[in-house]
Amino acid sequence: MHLEELAEKAAEFKAEDAHVEHEVRVCMAASCQSSGAAQVMDALDKAKGDGQPACKVKGVGCMGLCSAGPLVAVADKEADLAGSVLYRDVAPEDAADILGSVGGSPVERLRCPTDQPFFARQRKIVLENSGIIDPNSFKGYVAAGGYASLVQALSEMTPADVLREITASGLRGRGGGGYPTGLKWSTVAKMPGEQKYVICNADEGDPGAFMDRAVLESDPHRVLEGMAIAAYAVGASKAYIYVRAEYPLAVERLQNAIRKAKRAGFLGNKIADTQFSFEVEIRLGAGAFVCGEETALMASIEGLRGQPRPRPPYPAESGLWGCPTLINNVESFANIAPIVREGGDWFASIGTEKSKGTKVFALAGKIANTGLIEVPMGTTLRDIIEVIGGGIPDGKTFKAVQTGGPSGGCIPEAHLDMPVDYDSLKTLGTMMGSGGMIVMDETSSMVDVARYFMEFCMTESCGKCVPCRTGTYQMHGILDKLTKSQASRDDLALLEDLCEVVQATSLCGLGQTAPNPVLSTLRYFRQEYEEKLQGETGA
Amino acid sequence: MTLQHARPPMPTDDKRWKLVNATMRRNGYADHALIETLHSVQNAFGYLEETSLRFVAASLDLPLSKVFGVATFYHIFMLKPKGRHACVVCTGTACYIKGAGALLEGIEERYGVNSGETTEDDKLSVLTARCVGACGLAPAVVLDGDVVGKLGSDTLVAKLEELD
Repeated sequence: MHLEELAEKAAEFKAEDAHVEHEVRVCMAASCQSSGAAQVMDALDKAKGDGQPACKVKGVGCMGLCSAGPLVAVADKEADLAGSVLYRDVAPEDAADILGSVGGSPVERLRCPTDQPFFARQRKIVLENSGIIDPNSFKGYVAAGGYASLVQALSEMTPADVLREITASGLRGRGGGGYPTGLKWSTVAKMPGEQKYVICNADEGDPGAFMDRAVLESDPHRVLEGMAIAAYAVGASKAYIYVRAEYPLAVERLQNAIRKAKRAGFLGNKIADTQFSFEVEIRLGAGAFVCGEETALMASIEGLRGQPRPRPPYPAESGLWGCPTLINNVESFANIAPIVREGGDWFASIGTEKSKGTKVFALAGKIANTGLIEVPMGTTLRDIIEVIGGGIPDGKTFKAVQTGGPSGGCIPEAHLDMPVDYDSLKTLGTMMGSGGMIVMDETSSMVDVARYFMEFCMTESCGKCVPCRTGTYQMHGILDKLTKSQASRDDLALLEDLCEVVQATSLCGLGQTAPNPVLSTLRYFRQEYEEKLQGETGA
Repeated sequence: MTLQHARPPMPTDDKRWKLVNATMRRNGYADHALIETLHSVQNAFGYLEETSLRFVAASLDLPLSKVFGVATFYHIFMLKPKGRHACVVCTGTACYIKGAGALLEGIEERYGVNSGETTEDDKLSVLTARCVGACGLAPAVVLDGDVVGKLGSDTLVAKLEELD
C-alpha cells in the first residue's frame, strides 16, 4: 500500500460523514464516565433521534479538564477543542438544550470557556486526537491521518531511516527515565538474532498519574502505530502491551483497536502489502507497582513473580525469554507517528536544549483545574500550577508540588520558576517520572507525605533484595514515630543514614529511589521534621 | 516440540471451569500464561481457592509452589472470598491528600472493618487500591466496579447503606 492509497481510504471514510456539519462530542474517558458521561451520551442520542441529520453525537476521548466532567463539546466537524463550545458538569437533562444550541447560540449556563489558559496554553502532539476522534472507530483514526506514518515508514523508509529520524528528534523515554529513545532503538536494532520483542509499558503504577490511561482510552491506534513503526525499525515481529488490570476501559479499547487494525491489515501478516509482519498481544498486570521496572515487567509477562534482576544485561541485549527487547512507555510510542510524519528536526525544535517535544502531565491534588495537560518541555512549574492549573482553591496557599510519584520528591515555592525538563528536576532532588503532579497546600504535613510514600514503597517492595525490603520497613517505622512526635534526634540521624544506604545498595529503581521523598522533604522542609522531634519545640 | 502432558479433568461440573480452560487453550497451555489464567479464574469465581490453584498448576504443568508464589505476589489476586459488595478505596496520592483516610475511618466507624476485611454478614468487603487513575475525582472509591468520586465520608457511608 502506498500513501496515496491510504489517503484515498481516508477520504472515503471522511465522505461517509459528508452530510455532518456539527459534532456533539461527549468525553467517554474513564473520569467523565465515572461522573455519568454514558447517561449524558444516551440522553443526547435519544433527544436527537432521527432529527438534525447534519449533527452527529459522538463519544470521544479525554478533553483534559477531568474535574469538570462530564464534558461535552459542540464543534464544527473539523474544529479542535479550542474552536468548539465546551460544556461542563453536563447532566442528561441538559441534552435538549445542547442539541437546540447546535448551529445557534451556546447554552451559557453550562459553558466552560476554551480561551482560558488551561486550554490556550497547551500544545498538543501526543493528545492531538484526544477529545476529537472516537477511540473505538478505526475509520475515525484513519480519517484523521492515522496509519499514514506507518505506511510512510514501510513504503518509503528503511529501518535505518526511521532510526535516524527518531534519533534526530531527541525524544527521551517518557516513562520517567529519560533515556534517549533513538539510542535505545539503535541498540536493539544492532543486536543479532531472529527473534526480537517490542514491549509497551502501560503499567502506570505511580499513584497520581493517569496520562497513559488517558492516551490508551482516547487514541489507542496511535500507540499501536508507534509500536509497529518501532518493530519495523528494530527488526521485531512480536509485541506485548503490559497494561494494569485496574484500567479495564483502556484494555477494552486496546482490544477493540487491535482487532480492527488486524482486520484492516495494519497488524498481522504482510502489513500494508509489504514483507513486514507484526503481532501485538495484551498482557494484564495484577497490581504490583514494581512491575513498572522493566526487568520485573518482563518477568511478569513470562508468567513469573514480578521481581527485578540485575542489569546489565539490559533488555536491549537480553530481555524477554533472553531475546533482544525494546521497552518503551505508552507516551513514548504515542510520539512516534508525529515524528515520522513531521520529521525529527521538527520535533527537536520544540522544548529545551536537552529535553525535546512536549510532556503530558496529570494535575491533581489541591489545584483548581484537575486534569490532563500537554505542554512543551521547559514550561515553568509556576506556569503549570498557577496559570494552567488555576492555582490553589479555597483561598489556601501553595506549599509543594510532588512529581515522580514514590520515586520523586516535593518541590517548594522557591523553585517554582524552574523550567520543567528531565535534568532540571533532577537537580531539585526529584524526577520527571511519568508525569504525575500532585499539588499540596498549607494543610499538608510534609512528614506525613514522606511517611505515605515510604509506606507505599514498603508494601510494594518485592522482597528480593535486603536493603529495599528491610530498609523501607525501618525508614517507615521512624517516619511513623516522627508523625506521632515520638522520634528522637538519633532516630532522625538514623533515617538520614538509611536513606543513603538504601539509595546506594538496592537492586532496582524502586529501592534506589524510595528515599527520594524523604530526602527532598528533608532538604526543603527540614523545619517540619525538627518540630516533630520528641520533647523539642512544637512537639 | 515438548511432550504433551495429560491435562487434568475439570474439578467439578461447574460451567465456569470451561472459561478457565478456554483461556489456557487460547494461550496454548503455555506456562507463561499463568497470570492470564489466574485472572480468568478470579473473574469466574471471585477469588482463587486451593482447588483452582491445584487445577491450574496441573493444567499448565507447573509446580503448585510456583502457582501459589505468583498468586500471593500480586495484590489483585484474592485467596479468600469477597463479600456481596466490594468497596475499593483508592489510596493514591491525590486521594490521600484529599482525604482517603477519612473515608476508611468512616467505614470502620460504621461497619467495624478495616482494609482487607469483610463484614460478618458478608455484605461488604473493604479493600484499598494503589491509584485507580481517577485523580480528577479524588477522593474516589470503586464500588462494585463503578468509580464514584468526590466523596465525603458521610456520602460514602450513605451509599453503602443503600446496598442490599
